[in-house]
This record gives sequence, C-alpha cells and structure tokens, in this order.
Amino acid sequence: MNKIKLRLYITGKTPKSERTIANLVKICERDLQGLYELQIIDILESPHLAENEKILATPTLIKEVPPPLRRVIGDLSNPEKVLLGLDLSPVLDSNYGKGDKP
Amino acid sequence: MNEIERSTGIEKIETGIKGFDMISEGGLPKGRTTLIAGTSGSGKTIFAVQFLSEGIIKKDEPGVFVTFEESPEDIRKNVISLGWDVAKWEQEGKWAFVDASPVVGEDHIIAGEYDLGALLARIEYAVERVGATRISMDSLGSIFARFSDAGLVRNEIFKIAGIVKQMGVTTIITAERTEEYGDVARFGIEQFVADNVIILRNALEAEKRRRTMEILKFRGTGHQKGEYPFTVTKDTGIVAIPLSGFYMKQHSSTIRISSGNPELDKMCGGGFFRDSIILVSGPTGCGKTMLSAGFAADAARNGDRALILAFEEGREQLFRNAAGWGIDFEQMENDNILKVVCRYPEADILEDHLILIKSIIRDFHPHRVVVDSLSALERVSTVKGFREFVIALTSFIKQQQVAGLFTSTTGEFMGGTSVTEAHISTITDTIILLRYVEMFGEVRRGITAIKMLGSMHEKDIREFYIDGKGMHIGKPFSNVTGILSGHLVFTSRKEMDRIGDLLK
Repeated sequence: MNKIKLRLYITGKTPKSERTIANLVKICERDLQGLYELQIIDILESPHLAENEKILATPTLIKEVPPPLRRVIGDLSNPEKVLLGLDLSPVLDSNYGKGDKP
Repeated sequence: MNEIERSTGIEKIETGIKGFDMISEGGLPKGRTTLIAGTSGSGKTIFAVQFLSEGIIKKDEPGVFVTFEESPEDIRKNVISLGWDVAKWEQEGKWAFVDASPVVGEDHIIAGEYDLGALLARIEYAVERVGATRISMDSLGSIFARFSDAGLVRNEIFKIAGIVKQMGVTTIITAERTEEYGDVARFGIEQFVADNVIILRNALEAEKRRRTMEILKFRGTGHQKGEYPFTVTKDTGIVAIPLSGFYMKQHSSTIRISSGNPELDKMCGGGFFRDSIILVSGPTGCGKTMLSAGFAADAARNGDRALILAFEEGREQLFRNAAGWGIDFEQMENDNILKVVCRYPEADILEDHLILIKSIIRDFHPHRVVVDSLSALERVSTVKGFREFVIALTSFIKQQQVAGLFTSTTGEFMGGTSVTEAHISTITDTIILLRYVEMFGEVRRGITAIKMLGSMHEKDIREFYIDGKGMHIGKPFSNVTGILSGHLVFTSRKEMDRIGDLLK
C-alpha cells in the first residue's frame, strides 16, 4: 500500500524544533511503524518551500497522501490530537482489517 | 556631533501618494512602522498597494506586499485598473508577494506550542530577494481571525515589526476599525505595533459618502492635523486634498483684465485683477451665463485661452445661446483658445470633479476659468465638503495665475442671497450682484459690485438690459432703495434732494 507522506516545517534548529521532531518520531514509531515517510524542512534554509505551501506558523506538520490534506500546528506534544488532526483512522483501520495483527 | 544630529531628526520618505506627502510634511517616517486603520471600504488596501506602486514608479524602490486577506491574484486584478501592473513588477523583481491569505481547506488543528516564525522567515526572504525598502501588510484583522490565541499573534506581529525596523525597511500595516469615530483599531494593535497612526474614514454625511484621512500621530515628527478629504480616481489611486497646506500663499497681481463689458470694467475701477476670483451672483435667467460668456470671449480677443466648465447647460444650448450674443464658441474652440467642458454635477462626487478640473487646467493652461454654476455643484455635496472644494479650487486657480469667474444662483427672484455666497464670499476677491428689480409693473435688472479687494469701485446699483448684442449697463437706479434686500422703497426726487441738502 501507499505510505503516509508527512512533511514537517520548522524554523531553525531551535529547542522547540528539536522537541517537535522528537515528539513526531515517537508518535510515528508507536502508531505508524513502517507506514510513513517523513520529510523535515527548515524554512530558514528553504524559505521558497514555505512560500509555496503558504506556511505561516511553525512547527507545521502536513499530510497530503493519503487524502484529505491535513495540517497540524504546534510542537505535537499531544499525540491523540496529532493523530486526530492528521485524520489517519481510515488508513489504520484498513491495515488492521488485513489481519496484520493477530 | 554627527551622532547627535542623526539621532534628533526623523527622516521621512515620500510616499508619492498625491497630497499625502504634503499633509504628512514629507511622507512616512523612514524605517518605521505606520498603522493605517480604517473601516471596511475605507481604502486601506489601495493605500497599501499604492505605497509600493509609487515607490516602484517614482523612485525605483522595490517592495514586499504581505497579504493576509485577498489572494495575490485578486490584488493583481483589482489594481490593474488603477494603472498598476503588479504582475509586470513581479517579473522584473521589483515586487514580491508574501501570500498569507487563507486557502480553502487549510483548516488546521493546534497540537502544542507554535509561533509565526515561518511568516517572519518568508518576509525576510522576500525583502532580501527583491532588495525591498518598503513593506505593506494588509490587513491584520484577518490573521487574528485565523489563530485563536490573540495574545500570541500580537506578540508575533510585534516581533515582526521590530525585525523589519532593524532591517531599515519602511512598513505600513493596515487594520480594521468597526466605527468611524471610536477605537483606533481592533485587537488593541495600535498600542504596540506602530509609532505612527493614520486613520482613513469613509463616513456617511447627509446621505453622501465622504472620504477623509487623518494623521493621528507621528512619533517624534510633525504633520498636518485634522481630517483631509481624499478620493480614489481611476488612473492615480488615492489623491488627498490638502487645504491649509497651501491656502493664503498666493501673491497677487495688479494687472487688470477686462470683464468683457466696458461699463462693468468701469464699475470695478478698471477691470478685474488678473489672478482674482470673481463671484457673480443672481437669480436664474438674469444674465450670469451671458456675463461669463462675455468674460471668456474677451480672453479670446486678447489671444488668451479660456476654459468654461458648465454644470447647468448642455454644450449645444450653451453654444446656441452664445451665438445669439454674437459669440462664436465653435470657432474659438477650433482656434484652440477656448475649451468648453459640460458635465452633470451628479456624474461624480465633488472630490472627483476637483481632480478633473485640476487636470484640465494643467493640460490646457487657460488664462481664465469660468465655472457656471458653482451652486449646481453644491447640490451634490455636503456643506463642509463644498467649502473644502471651493477653497481647494480657488487656491489652485490662484496658484496658476489664472482669473476665475464663478456664478452662483440665488433662490429668490428679488433680492436674497444664496447659500453658496455665504460659504465662499470670504474667499472671493470680487462679488458682482445681478438682481431683478420690479418697478411700476415692470421687471428690470440691476447690477452692482459689492466687493473689490485692493481697489476702489463704484457703489451704485446700475440698471442694465439685455438685447441681441448682449448686456448693456446704463445709469444708476436713482429714486429707489432696498433693491438688494428685495424690499423696494420708492422715494421722490424732491425727497432725495432734500436729504442731499441736509448732508451738505
């Protein structure tokens, strides 16, 4: 199946950015293991990418695939809200349905 | 020494917005942030766009436009009719958008702490990319609506304002107001963002819209106080109309010009002054248009150019009437010594009439200007707006060393004054009154000059009549008083002589 594609936009290597990355990795490893691809974009290095995506706030996490497009803003310190915000339940449900788990 | 000098004066940059640089005494404070607050439809976005456009057109200074509300596509479309080709400037690298407008489906969920660092990074990037010296941000209300934490947004905007200040960029930020006269802006923005605040108003006054701008504060530097009318015109955008800025500065001439009627010249002590404003007041049909036509035709006889702005009669009617008095307007126009512009007063708001009149005068360079009638224009304006219009027009005309003749229609047939006179009589140099006089069952006409600044003039009220050749001024009315008030009192010759004897 198609992997979940996540893009995380941060502004510089600040403590907040580091914390956000750590939070996201934790969530992914726990709930989305093997199902995702994560790309981290530093806006200070590639501001044009932020312009294209019209990012205002950082950190911003964007999920485009599978649709629908979803944005979650903040340091992702609340895992339930992140999963809810990314609207991943259909994907996860279908995976469970295939009998990946006993 | 240099250090002290530098820290005492605040430099300003000319915005290029017509009239505004005069009101602001040189433009916006350089390298600072100015808040433009106004209700919806007050012209904030146009001001923001024009600030950048004029910078590019007049000074080749690139700019960055941060839009929180309209999409860049909408802005490009909306301002092209004002003559600003934003897309072209983008290609030339003189204009950069930071698109912070809402996107459909952009709803987000907040999960933890965040800031607007991305917005700041994008603004910095855009400023560096085009080498901007001007930034416009339009408008703040929209971003407050999208992030629930108003305190955080306020802090972030404050941070952005501080950083662009460090970059030496002159910035304007627009913000909404809910009332024309109330708090400066919503969300308490003005308290932390701006050293400088300008308010744009679009108030409804006597069923008419009136746009004004007011500089509320410029920290550490001067500006004109109070509200100034402005208008938004098709090719130039915002044009402010500064009043006190130039009034009273004219120097006057002692050269006389003819009124077109030798007898009237005599009454006025040898004619009108070359750069004076003459008001001709009288009831309808009394000869005002004839007098002004004669005034314009006299210019032509001397090889001078005349401009007639007619707000009461159509072109054909005016030309036909003039032909009846032996004046060939058609030929004069062909010779390019006359220009007749006929317009309905209702066709525009007064501010736009003013802009148009000014541009015609600038292009045509007339020596004489006739406005027939001023009272027709009064119909389409508020009392205050009309007075401002007259002041602006007269001072402009005087600056150009042009003689202006305005007509004004009185409401009553006998005697009386018009509202127009009450408002502008102090601004005019000469006032000529035309009046109907009812005598022994006949309606006759009287003329008098009641004011002639800087010169002697006759005090008599003289009788005049109109025939196929025009206006003929005769003798003074002798044994009658009360013509101007409309309440005639006849006195016999004997009585007059007796009073005369008493005073000897």
